[in-house]
Amino acid sequence: MDQLQITSATPNSALLDLPWRLPLAEWPDEVLAALPRGISRHVVRFVRLDGRVLAIKEISEHVAFREFGLLRQLNKLEIPGVVPVGVVTGRRDDAGEPLEAALVTEHLAFSLPYRAVFSQSLRPDTATRLIDALAVLLVRLHLVGFYWGDVSLSNTLFRRDAHQFAAYLVDAETGALHRELSPKQREYDLDLARTNIIGELMDLAAGELLDDEVDEIGIGDALVSRYAELWEALTGVESFDVDERWRVEARIARLNQLGFDVGELSITTDIDGTTVRIRPQVVDAGHHSRRLFRLTGLDVQDNQARRLLNDLDSYRAATDRQDEDEPLVAHDWLQNVFHPTIRAVPRDLRRKLEPAQLYHEILDHRWFISEQAGRDVPMPETVASYVDNVLRHRPDEKAILGLAPGEKDPELDDDDVADEGAPEDDHFHLST
Amino acid sequence: MATVTFDHATRIYPGTERPAVDQLNLHIEDGEFLVLVGPSGCGKSTSLRMLAGLEDVNGGSIFIGDRDVTDVQPKDRDIAMVFQNYALYPHMSVADNMGFALKIAGKPKAEIRERVEEAAKILDLTEYLDRKPKALSGGQRQRVAMGRAIVRQPQVFLMDEPLSNLDAKLRVQTRTQIASLQRRLGVTTVYVTHDQTEALTMGDRIAVLEGGLLQQVGTPREMYDTPQNVFVAGFIGSPAMNLGTFEIKDGAAQLGAASVPIERSVIDGLTEADNNRITVGFRPEALDVVGAGSQGAFDVKVNLVEELGSDAFVYGDLQSSTADLHSGSSDQVIVRIDPREVPMKGDTIHVAIKPGKAHLFSAATGNRLS
Repeated sequence: MDQLQITSATPNSALLDLPWRLPLAEWPDEVLAALPRGISRHVVRFVRLDGRVLAIKEISEHVAFREFGLLRQLNKLEIPGVVPVGVVTGRRDDAGEPLEAALVTEHLAFSLPYRAVFSQSLRPDTATRLIDALAVLLVRLHLVGFYWGDVSLSNTLFRRDAHQFAAYLVDAETGALHRELSPKQREYDLDLARTNIIGELMDLAAGELLDDEVDEIGIGDALVSRYAELWEALTGVESFDVDERWRVEARIARLNQLGFDVGELSITTDIDGTTVRIRPQVVDAGHHSRRLFRLTGLDVQDNQARRLLNDLDSYRAATDRQDEDEPLVAHDWLQNVFHPTIRAVPRDLRRKLEPAQLYHEILDHRWFISEQAGRDVPMPETVASYVDNVLRHRPDEKAILGLAPGEKDPELDDDDVADEGAPEDDHFHLST
Repeated sequence: MATVTFDHATRIYPGTERPAVDQLNLHIEDGEFLVLVGPSGCGKSTSLRMLAGLEDVNGGSIFIGDRDVTDVQPKDRDIAMVFQNYALYPHMSVADNMGFALKIAGKPKAEIRERVEEAAKILDLTEYLDRKPKALSGGQRQRVAMGRAIVRQPQVFLMDEPLSNLDAKLRVQTRTQIASLQRRLGVTTVYVTHDQTEALTMGDRIAVLEGGLLQQVGTPREMYDTPQNVFVAGFIGSPAMNLGTFEIKDGAAQLGAASVPIERSVIDGLTEADNNRITVGFRPEALDVVGAGSQGAFDVKVNLVEELGSDAFVYGDLQSSTADLHSGSSDQVIVRIDPREVPMKGDTIHVAIKPGKAHLFSAATGNRLS
């Protein structure tokens, strides 16, 4: 007779304490955790164990092992998804009759099934953000070659991450990893997603769990268009002339708006023009300020840090120093680009804004006037234009906020640094 | 409704040398239920996905009816993947559960209702149309999921191992339902499974694939009675056919103590590569238990007797031979015997192949000789 067997990546003897001799549907309330569930074709229950919450799904052995393997692969590929714990096989009831195998995954803390989220009263922009997050997940899955086969609200969890909604894959039962997905596979997966999502929203509407205002089909269509935009932004290889790098900046800006960050940026120039490749990433809150601080000692807000890092990365790409030690390049960027740019601002106006914010706004301004001019505007020209057209008309932030007691005004300590003239201008500032 | 034609259809995955599906030629008749069957990795699911448009075709073409769909988008192929989504929506009525895809497609209400009612009649769900899925049994829920595909009125139904995630009881029940429903609807259906029993019980015809190559296509009876090669012979049938390769001496295969005479024409067809050897196959029911010393008798030592009530099977070893004779994935010979005259473990029984029931294959190529 088969023995109860637990196949798992990390041994966890507490799993043995669960009532595996009972069909999952009959597990007593005292072991269950009452959490909202999505629609599933299988019996799914949540249990509390050792301070963790586990999701258990009854499913045939073959499918359970397959899904377990897929979830592990997706985890290795750093796709946001549930973490597989193990597969339980050889289950028998008290009469000796075999029971279905069970797939055990770790429940994602602070997450909710999409379905549960949509059935609350949602502000319109919340619904939009939820769908955006799902589009991001789907694009990331497709980029690694994962065909989902059953994208739905029920098969997705969402988690609120700082100011962002993140979508997580929950159910990989119908999925398959390929080397690369063809456009037809992606389109079909997306079409299924649309149908499933509209169907689920219609179901919520039928149960009077959805706001009357919600347009089910509109939301399904929104997923399709958001997916397409994001896919295009990430994979479209754009060629452009050497004096049109502001287009790259526009692209990064769009990615940033879509909730992606630039993980790797490469710019190659050949006779056909300049080609840019961007590998996106999604990062934890605070990631940018930590990275910038580590590289340059600048201690600034996360958004400013992201902007500065984008600029640093593009400096690195433009000066073809991708293989060099990162802190070394960062040091040069600070000395040759960042500091000279700040110093190019007249000292009496410099104190109006914090340096990082000042730099941030100069980059913004540069993008703005470059786009208007349809060419790359050099840094000295940008600074001059920014000072005359923007900064002069700004209230003095430092005067408004004041200095903390005992704080020295760092701008006033600048005098001993020799003016090194205009900032180095052999790269374009790809940042938002 | 339409025919389906694979014309030298080939799929090569990037980075691999051997095609996953190699020059598949297969014509499926209008209204036919064709089962693609084979072991894991044989190319059956890839073939189905090529037809669905989910897998690129690197060579050859695929037609639905007269239309070349090789480069057509999946959703424009007028096919339906059945059971792709069978999670039912709890708040929707059975009718809405079946018809929601039509609603999304913007079909008029009256037409949706008409199609849903028509499908419900075929599925025996009419009286449940206005109820919630909760009121349905497991089998009825499966039928609602089928209804979702039926109301779309596609040219072709595609099913990829649809029963693999059902429990054993529901599997058998749903198998019967799908088969009888398909006959009633008459929609061309391509069904993928690794389970040869499923293939034999459901398909009008079966196509066996192995290593990306079509091995044989035919009715369940043809596949069972005249397998075209050793692979099909061993794959179709449960318990599987006994197969072994033996020396030929004086126009007969030397099967243990027995000489199994081989027709002249067959022997003439052997080549040098066969090295005077031949592969002989016989099904467990193609053996008679005979007295010792009877003509053509060979000895089998009984290791185990499996009694199934109506049938009994002996699992044993061929005696006085070093040749490897075994059934399917087991390493033993299987003999069906009279369940009322069951030998003991350790006994030796004498068996002979029934006249005309031996299958002969080339030892070199594995192809059928008779």
